[in-house]
Amino acid sequence: MVYVMHSTRKIANPVMSVFTIENLRVTFDTTDGVVEAVKDISLNVAEGECLGIVGESGSGKSQTFLAALGLLAVNGSASGSVRLCGQEILNASRIDLNQLRGNDVGMIFQDPLTALTPHLRIGQQMAEVLKAHRGMSNRQSRQLCLAWLDRVRIPDAAARLKQYPHELSGGMRQRVMIAMAMLCEPKLLIADEPTTALDVTVQADILDLMSEMQHQHGTAIALVTHDMGVVARLCDRVQVMRSGECVERGSVEQIFAASQNAYTRSLLEAMPRLDSELNRSSFKAGAAKQVLDVQDIKIDFAVKSSGGLFARRTLLRAVDGVSFDLHEGETLGIVGESGCGKSTLARAVLQLLKTTSGNVAWLGTNLQQLDKQALKAARRDMQIVFQDPFASLDPRMTIADSIAEPLRTYRSELSRREIRQCVGDMMQRVGLEPQLINRYPHELSGGQNQRVGIARAMINRPRMIVCDEAVSALDVSVQAQIMDLLKDLQAEYGLSMLFISHDLSVVGEMSDRIMVIYMGRVVELGRSEVICQHPGHPYTQALISAVPIPDPRVERNRERIRLAGELPSAIDPDSAFRFLPSRLSAKVIGDPPQLQQVGEGHFVAEHDPVDSLLA
Amino acid sequence: MLGRSSKAAKVAEELSHYGGVRGRSLARDALQRFLSNKAAIFCVFFLAAIVLFVLFGPALAKWNNEEIDWAVLGDIAAQGMPSVQSGHYFGTDELGRDLYSRTIQATGTSLMVGLIGTAMALVVGTTWGVTAGYLGGRVDSIMMRIVDILYSVPITLVVILILVVAGRSFTTLFIALGSVSWLTMSRIVRAQTLALKNREFIEAARAGGVSELMIVVRHIIPNLLGVLIVYASLLVPDLIFAESFISFLGLGISEPYTSLGALISEGAGTMGYGTLWQLLVPLFFYVSITFTMFFIGDGLRDALDPKDR
Repeated sequence: MVYVMHSTRKIANPVMSVFTIENLRVTFDTTDGVVEAVKDISLNVAEGECLGIVGESGSGKSQTFLAALGLLAVNGSASGSVRLCGQEILNASRIDLNQLRGNDVGMIFQDPLTALTPHLRIGQQMAEVLKAHRGMSNRQSRQLCLAWLDRVRIPDAAARLKQYPHELSGGMRQRVMIAMAMLCEPKLLIADEPTTALDVTVQADILDLMSEMQHQHGTAIALVTHDMGVVARLCDRVQVMRSGECVERGSVEQIFAASQNAYTRSLLEAMPRLDSELNRSSFKAGAAKQVLDVQDIKIDFAVKSSGGLFARRTLLRAVDGVSFDLHEGETLGIVGESGCGKSTLARAVLQLLKTTSGNVAWLGTNLQQLDKQALKAARRDMQIVFQDPFASLDPRMTIADSIAEPLRTYRSELSRREIRQCVGDMMQRVGLEPQLINRYPHELSGGQNQRVGIARAMINRPRMIVCDEAVSALDVSVQAQIMDLLKDLQAEYGLSMLFISHDLSVVGEMSDRIMVIYMGRVVELGRSEVICQHPGHPYTQALISAVPIPDPRVERNRERIRLAGELPSAIDPDSAFRFLPSRLSAKVIGDPPQLQQVGEGHFVAEHDPVDSLLA
Repeated sequence: MLGRSSKAAKVAEELSHYGGVRGRSLARDALQRFLSNKAAIFCVFFLAAIVLFVLFGPALAKWNNEEIDWAVLGDIAAQGMPSVQSGHYFGTDELGRDLYSRTIQATGTSLMVGLIGTAMALVVGTTWGVTAGYLGGRVDSIMMRIVDILYSVPITLVVILILVVAGRSFTTLFIALGSVSWLTMSRIVRAQTLALKNREFIEAARAGGVSELMIVVRHIIPNLLGVLIVYASLLVPDLIFAESFISFLGLGISEPYTSLGALISEGAGTMGYGTLWQLLVPLFFYVSITFTMFFIGDGLRDALDPKDR
């Protein structure tokens, strides 16, 4: 094992180490033999310091900490030494560990919904921690809980104490988790991918909050993440892990500016960056033929609102009057946070769900008026690649059968041999080795499965593909490979692409034009370099400023644009006026904000002056 | 999988060259897990032995199941005992009929009831459940309300009613049991279908132009198979129990045919007279069958969804 050691200021000037791991090994007994998940890891976190542990999935970064705290699965075993404030805790008894967990060590997990007990109120769960570790009375603990909920900036904290976890938004839940972890003022906070499941703007808030804890309370933080941007924003020191080993360690400035290790550099290079010199396509919208024309699409869902025995159905407008067009060979990026209706829009374009009103025209023919046969014929030109590569493949079919399925549907004249030939060629084209032909999805990695998904979408040479968060579930390096593959395929076949993602930096790298969606409405539409560098709408500005840039010097000197207030509910009809409160207060509600042209091909929805909307 | 064409042969050659690249399907994985479950495998062999006994046992019989051995009729307790000499290996029943032949016949009946009833439940329940779950909406509501209504009627009562109205025979018994056994099956299948139809690979198939019928046949049903097999294997002993219960009440299969339930009932009636073998022999077969079926069902469940353990 070779890793590069940088001498850093932090190490040269030693502070008391709160948490030390030395030569930790973790092995798992599985049916396929003993698997070594962590091989000889050493690390230490000093008081008031934030250590970032970076690695891709399967690098053993989470297992390191689970093992250290005695939370391994039953078939796992750990050896080495783990010291918390000088006390050896590895393989300590359960009673001792329970004393530590929650008291001296706080943990935050990736998914705050699964980490909170669903049937207990927030207040009860928080009080439980205090009762166990401090033996506090109900009144005292309630006051402390309230104080902490205030400190993590949860509005209306007293009311939140009575709510159940599912009643809170993802960001709120993660704040509750942080408040809970901080209740006993632990010396060490372990955060395992704390913001991965959250939207970028929420992520930025949570990261700010964690940095506040670090600086105000002197809490040591061990941050486990795959995201170099998050590391750049928060961490003082970084340790890069790969397949259970530490490949490099050093201060954040050194790692980002002058990494000595090829793997670290490849991780950094794979990160799409918003501020990079955009590799602008020479795509000219005027020259190419228009293929897709979407006019004023609206989609309503009926949702049951709580109302006792006879619950009324209210309409939720998931997509509200979206219009756009797409030209041959063009990529239109669609960005928005979770629940903004971007995936619903994609499914409506492909006629996988019914629109309430509006038109979708493919090559001039209105898709909604086609009968089953004609629609089936039209679908040959339009394909989709999904987010979750495992869920989008039938687990009982070999990957070759999955790839061949569209062929069997549209070209039933082909013989088995020709189909096999076609599938083999396509697999080669998307970078899958031919000997994988009889494999099943569970035997392949996420990246390989996503290649299968792309091969299935491409096998009939469609003219447009919709990528619905196609790279979001993948590791950074795999993400970069898949993005390159999609670009190559586009260049080769002259594909048009709708590229949907919540990640603005990915969309910025892939797209010719970008459409920003907020609560089912388009707030901004324009060429991607214009959107990324000179955004017009306050929401786009907030979104861009929330995307962490994998460069600590740039990242830490950036001014963040923060919008006032929480996300409004989509059922609330006033939500459309979030950026136009002046009109809402003037009670001249009429038309929702309209798109206005501000430059060549650049449209921005009406909004109040940016300054008046900021927090 | 591999065809006979030269291209396919080439592919096959390549595959064997790489060695061990043949995919491990979910079914193969499950089989592997099932085979390593010793209790279940033992039960499979035990059940197979019972089936072989039913198939080939009659060849060893000296008496058939209708003949009455007048020699022992007067003193069953003393002379009707199980003995190799008299040819009554399992003894005789109260009427001097050979219990060996009668047990074989009864075990066969019980197994048939279990298998045919389960097959009916599989076909009707799956069709009903998949249709309701996949179409959804109003069709689903109506179809499932029908199931609910049938559910609310006591099952044994329905079976007894059918047997009384249509007369006691093999066919009516199968129809009666089959007509109630599919209800739970349809519910399970519907719930699974509802979960499956929103999965992304179904959407992918739809986007790929696959027709709705083909989606059901090619994607939904294969993914239901695991659940179906597990439930079916647990349904078999349930049905054997139901039939035995009805026969125990004296409403099942009519003489000269018999079933394990009927034999147990007769045996229980005479256990006070020193002829305990009349109860123990059919009871042994009945318990063995249900016990092994439950173990096999459990083993299948562990093998097919390892997550639920």
